[in-house]
This record gives sequence, C-alpha cells and structure tokens, in this order.
Amino acid sequence: MKMWTWTVAAIAAVAVSGCATTAPPAQDAHKASAPGGGTKSAQAAATPPAKPKPLLKGLDPALAANPFPSTYKALPGRPTAIVGASAFTGTGALVENATILIRDGKVEQVAAGLAAPAGYEVIDGRGKWVTPGLIDAHSHLGVYASPSIQATSDGNELTAPVTAEVWAEHSVWPQDPGFNTARVGGVTTLLVLPGSGNLIGGRGVTLRNVPARTVQDMKFPGAPYTLKMACGENPKRVYGSKGRAPSTRMGNVAGYRAAWINAADYERRWDDYRAKVEKGEKADPPKRDLAMDTLVGVLKGEILVENHCYRADEMAQMIDISKEFGYHVTAFHHAVEAYKIADLLAANDTCVATWANWWGGKLEMYDAVEANAALVDAAGGCAIIKSDDPDLIQRLNQEAAEALAAGRAAGLKISEAQAIKWITANPAKALGILNQTGTLEPGKRADVVIWDHDPFSIYARTEKVYVDGGLAYDRSDRRYQPKSDFDLGQPGEGGR
Amino acid sequence: MRKVLFGAAAAAALVTALPALAETVAITHARILTAASAGEIAQGVVVIKDGKITAVGANAAVPAGARVIDAAGGVVAPGFFATGGVLGAEEISSVGNDVTVDNPDLGAAFDLQYGLDPNSTLIPVARLGGLTSAVVLPHSHAERGGDEDETDQLTAGGGESGPKSHALFAGQGVVIDLGGRAEMVTRAHVGMVVPFGKAGATVAGGARGAEVVAFKAALADVRDYMKNKAAYDRAGYRQLDLSKADLEALIPVVQGRMPVIATVHKAADIRLVLKLAREENLKLILNGAEEGWLVADEIAKAGVPVLTNPLDDRPESFELLASTMDNVARLNAAGVIVALESSEGGAHRARETRYGAGDAVSHGMPYAAALAAITINPAKIFGVADRTGSLEPGKDADLVIWTADPFEPLSQATAVFIKGVQQPMTSRQIELRDRYKDLHRDLPPGYTH
Repeated sequence: MKMWTWTVAAIAAVAVSGCATTAPPAQDAHKASAPGGGTKSAQAAATPPAKPKPLLKGLDPALAANPFPSTYKALPGRPTAIVGASAFTGTGALVENATILIRDGKVEQVAAGLAAPAGYEVIDGRGKWVTPGLIDAHSHLGVYASPSIQATSDGNELTAPVTAEVWAEHSVWPQDPGFNTARVGGVTTLLVLPGSGNLIGGRGVTLRNVPARTVQDMKFPGAPYTLKMACGENPKRVYGSKGRAPSTRMGNVAGYRAAWINAADYERRWDDYRAKVEKGEKADPPKRDLAMDTLVGVLKGEILVENHCYRADEMAQMIDISKEFGYHVTAFHHAVEAYKIADLLAANDTCVATWANWWGGKLEMYDAVEANAALVDAAGGCAIIKSDDPDLIQRLNQEAAEALAAGRAAGLKISEAQAIKWITANPAKALGILNQTGTLEPGKRADVVIWDHDPFSIYARTEKVYVDGGLAYDRSDRRYQPKSDFDLGQPGEGGR
Repeated sequence: MRKVLFGAAAAAALVTALPALAETVAITHARILTAASAGEIAQGVVVIKDGKITAVGANAAVPAGARVIDAAGGVVAPGFFATGGVLGAEEISSVGNDVTVDNPDLGAAFDLQYGLDPNSTLIPVARLGGLTSAVVLPHSHAERGGDEDETDQLTAGGGESGPKSHALFAGQGVVIDLGGRAEMVTRAHVGMVVPFGKAGATVAGGARGAEVVAFKAALADVRDYMKNKAAYDRAGYRQLDLSKADLEALIPVVQGRMPVIATVHKAADIRLVLKLAREENLKLILNGAEEGWLVADEIAKAGVPVLTNPLDDRPESFELLASTMDNVARLNAAGVIVALESSEGGAHRARETRYGAGDAVSHGMPYAAALAAITINPAKIFGVADRTGSLEPGKDADLVIWTADPFEPLSQATAVFIKGVQQPMTSRQIELRDRYKDLHRDLPPGYTH
C-alpha cells in the first residue's frame, strides 16, 4: 500500500501542518505478522525508514498545501532616495521634510532631513506627499473583469451555497484593464475575493498589482489564504430564488454550521488516520475533499476569514459561530452597521472593511453612516476603507478622506496620519501581511506612492508608484504606464 | 440684526425651528463662487430676501433687519445639481423605483413628475452634500442597473438582456428642488429619454439598424398624427403603432421644443445620433458620451450638450472602450457644454457629485468649468437657468455655505438654502450616527432620539 511510507516532502509537510505521519519501516520483518500494536513504535524507531512510498499524488492535503505557488518577481529597481516629502508612514506618523530610502526592494529608512546617500537615484519630493502603497482589502478585479459581460463574470460559483472548494485565483484574468487603473490610484496590493452569493464562497487570493502573464506571477509570496463568507440577503436571495436552502437568514446560519461540522469531522478523520499510521496501525486515508481542506485550514488558523456581513446583529451571530467552532473572523466586509457594535468588534479583534458613501442598495445597507470607519477607529477597532468596485479602487484615498471628514463632523479627533492606516496598515493586517507591507518601516517591502497633493485632497493624483522598490507606474513617463493586452488596437489605446 | 453662530447646536435647533417662510438673510465674509459672469468674488456678501437672491458682491449692503450669517472666510456657492439621477423616485434600490416603465403601450408619455416623494430619506443626505436640485430622468429597462455590491452581477449575469418591448422612448424627465416640500417640481417635461447604442438596439429587437429605422418611423407617425388628428380621433386613420398618449407626448419632440436625451456611449453611436438629430430636426442632449472626446469637435459644432460621469474611465462594456478620466476636460476644451453626473445612478451616492467635479479639475478641467458643470450648465441644459444654477440677483436662493473649497472631501457644508429656506443639517444617517456614538448609555439605543 502506497501510504505506508516516507518522503522528504512528507516530512516537510508534517513539520508545517503539525500532523504526524509515520509508518513502520517497510523492511521490518515483523510488519506482516504484527499489524497494529502500540508496542511497534520502539521497533520502528530502532530501524531506519526505508523506501519512501507516499500517498498517491493529490490524495494527501498535507502534500499539496500550495499547488499553485507564486512565481512573482519584483520589477527591476535601484537604490532610490525620495527627498523632502511629507510622508505618512502608515504607523500613525506624518514626517515632514522626509527622506525615504529604498534599497534592494525594501524600505531602508524614513527620516526627516536626511541627505541622499551616494549612488541613490534622487527624487525631489519637495511639495509632494508619500504614503505606503495602498492596499484594497476587497476587490473583484480579474474575477469580474472589464468589460463586464457574461464571459468575464467569474466571481460567484452560484451552483451551491457552500463552495469552499473554489479558489478566486482560478478565475483571475490578469489582463483585466482594471489592474492598471487601480495601480494609477496607488494600489500596490489587493485581495481578490469570490463574490457574496454563497454562504461560503471560496478562497481569495492576495495579489501584487503588477502587470503579469499569469496569476501566479501576481501572487503575493507568503501571503496567507483567505476564505470568503457571506451573511444576509445575497445567499438567501440567490438560493431562495432557486427554491432551495437557504432562503432565510436562519437557513444561512444552519448552512454555515453544517459546513463547519463537516470540516471538523473531516479534520478528525485525517487526525485519526495519521494517528493510526503513527502507531504503525493499518489505516485507510480519508478521501481528500478540496472544500474541507479549505475549511480545515480556517479551523487551524492558517486561512483568514473575510466575512461579507452588513448588519450588526448578524455580525454578532457570526462571531458566536466562530467561537462555537474555534476559528476567528479576521474581518467583516461592508459591515455598514459596524458602528452599532464597534465595542464588540474591537474586543473580538475583528477588522471592519467598509465604505464611507455606499448605502441603500438593499435594506441591509440602509443604515450605513459616513462616519462608520471613524467610529470603529475611535472605539479602538481596526478600520479599513475598501472598494469592492473597479472604479472606487482608483480613489481609495478620497473615500478615506470622506470617512475622515465624517468622523470629524461627528466630533471625533482623528488625524490624517491615523486615517491613512485605513487604506494601508489596517488592510495589511486583515490580509495577514502587515509584517511585509502596509507601512514605511525599515525592512518592509518598498511599496511606495508619491502624490502631487495631500492624499486627503480631491486634487491628489499619484506621480510614481513603486512595488517592491520597482517603478510600476510613472505619470510623467509613458514607458511606465502599462496597458492590458485588451486595450491594444482599441479606440483610445487604453489611455485612461 | 441678529447674529447667528453656526454650529452643530444651531443646526440641531433648526430641525425643530425651521423657518416656515423665507426670511431676509445676509451672508457675509464669504468667498463667493457665483457660477455667473461675476466669476469668483474673493470676499463679499450675498443677500437673500423673499426666497430670492437680491444682491451679490464685494460691497453689497446688508439690509436692515436681516439675519446675518458670518461665513468667516468660508465659501458660498450655488447649490449643486444631481444630474440624471433618481432622487425622489427611489428609496432602496432592490425594492424598486419609479423611473423605469416596461409597458409597450406607454413609453414617451411616461411622466416622472408624478412619482416623486419629497419625504425620501435620500433627499436630506443629498442636501448635506450641497445638492439643492436634481434632474430626474427615466431609465430605459434595457440599461443596466447599479451595482451596490458585486452580487447584482449574479442576477444580471453580466448584463446581457434580450428585447423586452418596443419601448423606444423611456419617458420624460423633470427638474426638482431638494427642499423636501410637496411642490418639488421646478420644471416638468424637460426632455425625452431615448436609449441608443446597445440599449436602443435591445428595445428594438437586437440591432442598432432596427432601432434607427423604428425611431424614424415613430417620428414620421407623430407627424402624420399631427396632420390627421381629426381623422385619427374618429378612427378614420390608419393604425399607428404608438398609443395616443405617446403620440401626443412626442409632438414637442418632433417640433424641436423638447430635447431628446439620447443615452449613448461610443463614438460611432454618438455620430449616428448627431446625424439622426440633424435629419429629423431634433433638439438633442447626449447622456453618457464616455467616448465623446473622440468626436468632441462634432458634438461642439452641433451645439449639443453632454451629461456624463467624469469617473467613467474603464472599458466597462464594449461601448466604453475609449473611456478616460480626461473625457470631460477634452469635451469642455472643445466647447461642449457639459453637466456632470455622479456614480450609481445619482441616488444614494448623489452627494459625491462635488468630488467628481474635483476629479475633473485634477484631470484638466478648469475650476470654473467644473463648477459650471454641476450648477449653471445643467440649469441651462434643462431650461431652469432663469430660476437657479448661479448666484445672481433675481434667482432663487439655492445656495450652500461651505467651510472651504466645496470640491474637497474635508470641506463640509454648514448651511443649505433652497428657495431662501434654510434646511435642517441632519438626515436619517446623522440620527443613526448620533444614536450609536455612545455605546455605554444606561438604556438601549432605542431610547435615544
């Protein structure tokens, strides 16, 4: 039997997953005559393992944890010094007359009044603003690409309410012209999610916003996977209209719970199997299930939950469900009623990815207030302004400014240096990549935007956008204004 | 003179103590954006009396007995227009609206003015964004709806829809004020919405060529009907495809008195519509025209104004391949009169109109032109410039006081006047916000109101 063996890969996978997979040595003379038995382990340890014989390729989730690895390569860069700018660091600070040093794709230093070291390309930053590259925590670029037609509608697998087995990256069209317009808006990283028609819609994918031939070339190296879940009107409307469950909010909740029960059971079956193997007992592996693999990843804390949920009462119930099954909701998305339970969300360390201005499309969006993000922030929570839209993603800074203004109008004292975190550091946290990007701290990826005005001004436009220290967009240099294949030969030639 | 200090407390007081009648008010120490030939006045006074603007200028006198509002260096601007939206005719998008008719016997005659609700909660929200007027237009059922979150695409299936009826005409638009009064119509019958391009093709059975032929045939029927009314009324005339109500509604259109508001996007279709209007002697307004910059000179030469969203810069459909943020600046530079629309059909997000104007400026439109595009231009295009759209003596006092540049998100409206009546600076959203601002009250939030 193929599963009774070792491989180097399996050992590595064991180390990562924490699930023991051991087997008796194939040449052990006692093996055939003494199946099972806890006493075998001493003998097994005494005899060196022999011929590796893994599970059939594809049957062991531990061996296929990353079947679509990132092939991302940073754009070419060189040591760069932006000198004399006003820099929002994303850590809550505004550094005036700042010098930002970029080297080897990383932020080297940010300090006031620093002279550019020899050998650095010097960018005159006087009269300009610098921010970390913007991060959109909720996008459907590539999965609902432009032009918006049935052929590009790849974001919602609306054939079953739980489709944890689908991965957004398998729908991403890297030639979506929206990636380019988003980059002009300063977006260097984005989370592309499946849609919200399903209770559990599938895995999201975190992308570097660079022009690429394949989605693998865009995948953010080392970013954790995410799982899209959805509350409320969308799933019950979609499936209720098909005459099947869920057709109500209580049906929604039953659906989530059933999915987590299945996942916990699947995890138990694999644990049992591996324990038996560990003990040298004969065991049949469970059949691998892609949906369950993803849900178990959530239960193990390896995959982050991104939960579309508008209403306060439903968010509170989703938090209870997460406690029932032992996972954490990383962020609620849209969450227009977060201000009603800002204390609860802060206590649960759950981010709120929302808008300032969007409301009223559905009843569950009716109670939105412009100050939502600011009220979440003031309660000590993690506020995020996100787009969910290929147009708004080009102007996340404006939406953040509107949210900031609304907060101030509500009497809250919030600085711009704090509010910039809503589109930089906080979404980085919600994507599990804050240790890599989202602020201008030394050692982080040099994802940097130079603006011609204060980014909280309506007149602010990006001048240069760096991703990993490579110049990805330059407003004054056509060579750094990439175009999608789709735009070539079309009227306007993609000049947006 | 009574001096009123403007702040949250004063605004809150107004909710209950709203002046029933227009009063005499002088706004002082204001940077005045007139949107008229006076341009920008660095510092001056605006006087409101009996609902009208009576004086605007650096040295305008403050009348005795006037209530004085010290703008303290802030900006006074005309109230903005929400152009092409559905304010007053929609509350919650998924629950429906009063702008779309799917009735083969009634298209052109559909009259939006009868379906408006002054109590809509969208109206106060829009007012806080500095909007005082709206141009509400019928929407063809062949046009795609908004997308408040991505899931509308799941029911729209990407937007392809088959022919539904022969509703070549989507109906007649209306200009309203946002004062929340029962008498909210400033001017009815301001234009006849006609979908062209793909939407027009859809209502005509699938192809653009069919729509143009059907459109010309319909106008010919209207002209025949006008000449043979008596015979038609005694059933002594040939059968006409359009209902009598539709035929009647189209008379001012064929007479060139009521403009056709053509929903049209790509350059080739714009050219086609311009030609059609010339041949049929129609007064024309283009709505959309995202590829207008490619034919800007032809639009300007025809003297045809354009309504468009300055933020449409993606190839959202095959009709918008050449869309760009520069479109409005280029149209303006070519001499086209432009009015700016806002995203999402100009309803819930109509308050973003001022930001769109700012984005137009950062993409090359002169500030004064962008201001005109959300004030005097829509007023002119829809025939209400004698009443509103600029700060000039004799016009309705539809104006807003801002802390600073109204295009900036960090600027806030501090006072809104509509026909001289100061509006409450609150909305259902503000009430919700304040109910939940303090989550540690003894009683549940339901007791806070």
